[in-house]
Amino acid sequence: MVSFNELKKNLKKSYNGFPVVRVAVLGDTSTQLLAKALRGAAFDYKLDLEVWEADFDQIENQVYDRESELYAYKPDVVILFYSTHKLLVKYNKLLPQEQSQLAEKHNSTVTAVVEQLGRVTAAKIIYYNHNEIDDRVFGSFSSKTNASFIFQLRKLNYQLMLFASERPGFFVCDLSTIQNLYGKAVFFQPQIYVNSEMVLSIDILPQVAMMTLDMISAFYGKINKCLILDLDNTVWGGVIGDDGIGNIQIGYLGIGKAFTEFQQWVKKLKYRGIIICVCSKNTEATAKEPFIHHPDMVLRLDDISVFVANWDNKVNNIRYIQQVLNIGFDSMVFLDDNPFERTIVRENIPGITVPELPEDPALYLEFLYAQNLFETISFSREDEERTQQYKLNAERSLLKQKFDREDDYLKSLEMYSLAEPFNRFNSPRVVQLSQRSNQFNLRTIRYSESDIDRILSLNGYQSFSFTLDDKFGSNGLICVVVLKGENETTVFIESWFMSCRVLKRTMEKFVLNTIVKYAKEKGYQFLKGEYIATPKNELVKDHYQQLGFTESKGKWLLDLKRFKACTTFVKAAPGSFYS
Amino acid sequence: MGREDLLKQINSIFIEVLDNPDIVLTEGTNADDVEEWDSLNHIQLVVEVEKTFSLRFTALEIQSWNTVGEMIDSILAKKQ
Repeated sequence: MVSFNELKKNLKKSYNGFPVVRVAVLGDTSTQLLAKALRGAAFDYKLDLEVWEADFDQIENQVYDRESELYAYKPDVVILFYSTHKLLVKYNKLLPQEQSQLAEKHNSTVTAVVEQLGRVTAAKIIYYNHNEIDDRVFGSFSSKTNASFIFQLRKLNYQLMLFASERPGFFVCDLSTIQNLYGKAVFFQPQIYVNSEMVLSIDILPQVAMMTLDMISAFYGKINKCLILDLDNTVWGGVIGDDGIGNIQIGYLGIGKAFTEFQQWVKKLKYRGIIICVCSKNTEATAKEPFIHHPDMVLRLDDISVFVANWDNKVNNIRYIQQVLNIGFDSMVFLDDNPFERTIVRENIPGITVPELPEDPALYLEFLYAQNLFETISFSREDEERTQQYKLNAERSLLKQKFDREDDYLKSLEMYSLAEPFNRFNSPRVVQLSQRSNQFNLRTIRYSESDIDRILSLNGYQSFSFTLDDKFGSNGLICVVVLKGENETTVFIESWFMSCRVLKRTMEKFVLNTIVKYAKEKGYQFLKGEYIATPKNELVKDHYQQLGFTESKGKWLLDLKRFKACTTFVKAAPGSFYS
Repeated sequence: MGREDLLKQINSIFIEVLDNPDIVLTEGTNADDVEEWDSLNHIQLVVEVEKTFSLRFTALEIQSWNTVGEMIDSILAKKQ
């Protein structure tokens, strides 16, 4: 476990060049050390996290006063930390007939605070949920008694999840899970609490800070998208090449159980939209055999997007996987039981996450649970289909080899796109694409669901989302453009991002034709674009130039009068917007 | 373990936690003598001392110390 002292040492390092994130912490207990832990942990996430703390126990005063320091600070993220201890103190003062109202009452306090925050600031809100304290006043009968504190507390945590699932921009940081993982004796030190009003122990502060930072960096697009698996002693017990298919350990007996349950975990990640790949030192046919023939295997070949088994080194093989998937190394996780392979991969592939798996496979899962490797801030149905889409891409590249001319290939794909403004059906995917797109992203603005609501409600904004289907199947929603009228003659491209799955398909030209048509109909004369460089979007550096824009004062202009529609092999689907 | 050894170990804990290599403690040193020794850092010092000597102080002990010497008294009392 990372110690508080280690985080504190980070505070002296240089945060120069990291993106600045302004965080406001509102708590009803002492949060000074939490603030230090947050900033200290942020160094490891490469974020320049500025933390402002409200005075002790001033949550509602800060929120309801529009002139408060909170709003003057202009936070990007607001952390609400109502401690379970203070809630218990509140409960202790209730009359018996009021006790069963605690959760409802606190829930309406939180709802009102969140509503008010939303009226004044666009900041995302992280709510620290409630670590459990059971006063045992009702013994185990508390589960049958809605006036008991633990009954109310669990109800409250449940209600917070319901509220979070409906409220864009409101996220729950699960302190209760942290206490479950590390135990109450580690989480809370009563002697320290008595002396300092601190409800988080020094030892647990780094864990709370890291879980918070996992969420904040996901807000800013840092998420893991792909899991690469070694096979022997990682996915099954034993060595397939030596032991043979009949002798590898998997199934419901002994250590086999550990591998089966590990595979079930991987399968759930696949359903959630994580791309699963294999990278194994094996003969390909031997490595694939259990996936095809072993009755106890949970993972099958269909679950694997890219399967690499050969005798080349793993660094080259992971580089190959990266080329096929076209996603950043920093969104990949590599699991291997062999410390030697882990070290080589970690040292040669910057950015990739390589957890130090415990030696005993029985411990794999508990270890992985504690790592929180797959944070996300959105989930949509398309996630479940991602494996399929990457497989289709592999088929497309086979077809491509048959054509000499690129144009003939593109024509043969029979591509159709549906352009639509944002609506409640496509907005979860729009949010997700905005979080995930790093390479084809001109200005790298990340949108949350509340930002989408804002765009839809403000005058002068026009949103576009684009799908792309072809004869192999649907790629789903793959491109987003947000336009903002700058003045009577010029409309500015506030955002343009696209999934790299559909590069080189003339999709961007279809998009340009569509938005030009919109701009002309609205009477604009110029379309204005901007490229803001990030470490990852070099790909689109010349995007506007290639589309015929001319440079002007660091921005790019397109004269609509002189614009001729671009050649594209993408056709408008029936019902498409501005086609 | 003698008082002098304890003082040395506590001194290095102070240097580490307060991040100041120039700290030299005596048994008579109190919070006013060390600039960084405020109530927040006090909590961290307590936790670090507890870990180093594998013991837990009571809430009362934590608030009662006025000097490093009294901290050493508490440690010795627990180690007997």
